Amino acid sequence: MAHVADSSAVTPAILREVNPAVLPRAVLVENNRSFSWITNKICGIIEDETPTWWWVCFAVAAFIACFTVGGITYLVATGVGVWGHANPVNWAWDIVNFVFWIGIGHAGTLISAILCLLRQKWRTSINRAAEAMTIFAVVCAAIFPVFHVGRVWYAWYLFPIPNSNIIWQNFRSPLEWDVFAVSTYGTVSVLFWYIGLLPDLAVLRDRFYAAGNKFRSFLYGLFAMGWRGSNRHWSNYEMAYLILAGISTPLVLSVHTIVSFDFAVSLLPGWHTTIFPPYFVAGAIFSGFGMVLTLMLPLRAIYGLEDLITQYHIDCMCKITLATGTIVGYAYGMEFFIAWYSTNPYEGFAFINRAFGHYAWAYWIMISCNVITPQFFWFKKVRQNTTMVWVLSIFVNVGMWFERFVIIVTSLARDFLPSSWGYYSPSIVEIFTFFGTFGVFSVLFLLFIRFLPVMPMAELKAVTPQADVHAHEGSSGQAH
Amino acid sequence: MAAPLYGLIASFDTARDVYHAAEKVRDAGFRHWDCITPMPVHGLDKAMGLKRSIVPRISLAGGITGFFTGMTMIWWTGAVDYQLVVGGKPLFSPMFAFPVSYELTILFTAFATIIGMFVVNGLPMHYHPVLKYDQIRRGMDDTFFIVIEARDPRFNLANTKALLEQAGGRAISELEA
Repeated sequence: MAHVADSSAVTPAILREVNPAVLPRAVLVENNRSFSWITNKICGIIEDETPTWWWVCFAVAAFIACFTVGGITYLVATGVGVWGHANPVNWAWDIVNFVFWIGIGHAGTLISAILCLLRQKWRTSINRAAEAMTIFAVVCAAIFPVFHVGRVWYAWYLFPIPNSNIIWQNFRSPLEWDVFAVSTYGTVSVLFWYIGLLPDLAVLRDRFYAAGNKFRSFLYGLFAMGWRGSNRHWSNYEMAYLILAGISTPLVLSVHTIVSFDFAVSLLPGWHTTIFPPYFVAGAIFSGFGMVLTLMLPLRAIYGLEDLITQYHIDCMCKITLATGTIVGYAYGMEFFIAWYSTNPYEGFAFINRAFGHYAWAYWIMISCNVITPQFFWFKKVRQNTTMVWVLSIFVNVGMWFERFVIIVTSLARDFLPSSWGYYSPSIVEIFTFFGTFGVFSVLFLLFIRFLPVMPMAELKAVTPQADVHAHEGSSGQAH
Repeated sequence: MAAPLYGLIASFDTARDVYHAAEKVRDAGFRHWDCITPMPVHGLDKAMGLKRSIVPRISLAGGITGFFTGMTMIWWTGAVDYQLVVGGKPLFSPMFAFPVSYELTILFTAFATIIGMFVVNGLPMHYHPVLKYDQIRRGMDDTFFIVIEARDPRFNLANTKALLEQAGGRAISELEA
């Protein structure tokens, strides 16, 4: 009690001397743009005539996507043997590509959900495109396990639907957990994305109606559900959005945790480690931010969105890439340490083999892309050079693909019995199928840019200074 | 035959204007009225005197349903309907049933939240008197509106119009039902 009495006597005197520091808030929409400027800018992307570059990109992307269609058609017509799998490596590019694409999706959910809960308002200008990226990445990821089942028309056996064999799924298997994790992830990502789109679809409905395009107005209106900007609706809407953000956060962490269980629950040296869940989640976010930067920087340049995706946004994304990349680097080091510290000869061999064995080339590509590349983001000069950031983001994508390759293939190729050791190389069918998924992804992303608002207009308006009803009357527009 | 009156609509230029006007309408005791805004305005719920949304309760019910659906499904399929020992493991354990139940908790919560939000909001409603107002497009863009419905017991054409005017509303017009 004496302490309380003391402090109450002392505090006011101190408080009179202490001036709270005025911390400037980063400006999220530059040049003090008005609400209607934001609406016109974003809707203009959809309403303007289709630019030539779009058709060129679309044609190229569609051509690349044909490689996936071709590879899969050949696989279905012939059998899974057309892939390069052979003992002991019966699981290679298919699972590598699956984990690669799923990982890319994770940054979208991180931006839309985790940054929403952390009240990081800079997420508003990139979350719509990042969520779209998530959905399209999950589509690309799903291709691989679905076609790896061989007879793809039996893929529905993965789900607990009564079938003619009467037998049920083995729920003790992490692969079955993965079925639920990934399908839930895909579904919830689509729902979250749609809910974010709802008010913006209403904007487009009304704009196309005013412009006399009844057909497009009808289509947007159908999905806008008759949204009319009512504040009684906004109240429930915001609550629903918050809950979706709240459940997507544990979801995104659980999805890559369960993906890592595919490996960690097995007994294979190099896979059977407890570090896998956090290590996979950090790697997923790292690769996802790499892809967000790869996509957003050209989009920003083409459509002149510099006022909405500011240098501050790029700085934030680079710093997250740096942080998660460093966590990934730490995990690489820790794997080696545990392999030595555990004194398990198999575990020790697995890691020496990774760095100096037959697949050492892949290992060192992984280390250079994932550990060294992000360290450039310590420098402000690098973060301010968008070309440099874009090139580094490509290296991050490459490095994360190699990480999955190293983990999966090196561990399988050198298992417990030297008599069964082998060397895996992909077949041309696998290479085609994987190469084509970049086309599938780009086709979907280009359609998204053309027909849906690339940024959430309502959310952008809500972070502008003029949306703040509590700001001082007549202030210079700096919200606080 | 003239269409019956749905209510009065007034427009406001800034978020701050509509916020202060909403406080006045709330204090005048109206119950059937609404604000139309292009984005969620922070604090407007309080200015309108709205209660906390009930959507979270629907979400919770969905989540609980999802968790028990997962547990029940795995127990029934593995330990009741077709018993099969795999790897010497027990027929059912909440441990291995947890990841799937966890994912179903999230899946059902998401559907409950979204369906709950639509039901509570009375959407989809593609036809609404407010949407017939020729300036409503601005309400999705950069203008704010207050709508007071004629069915409110305190509604009186002249007095309500005066209230909206005094609250700073412009272009006050009558909406047809």
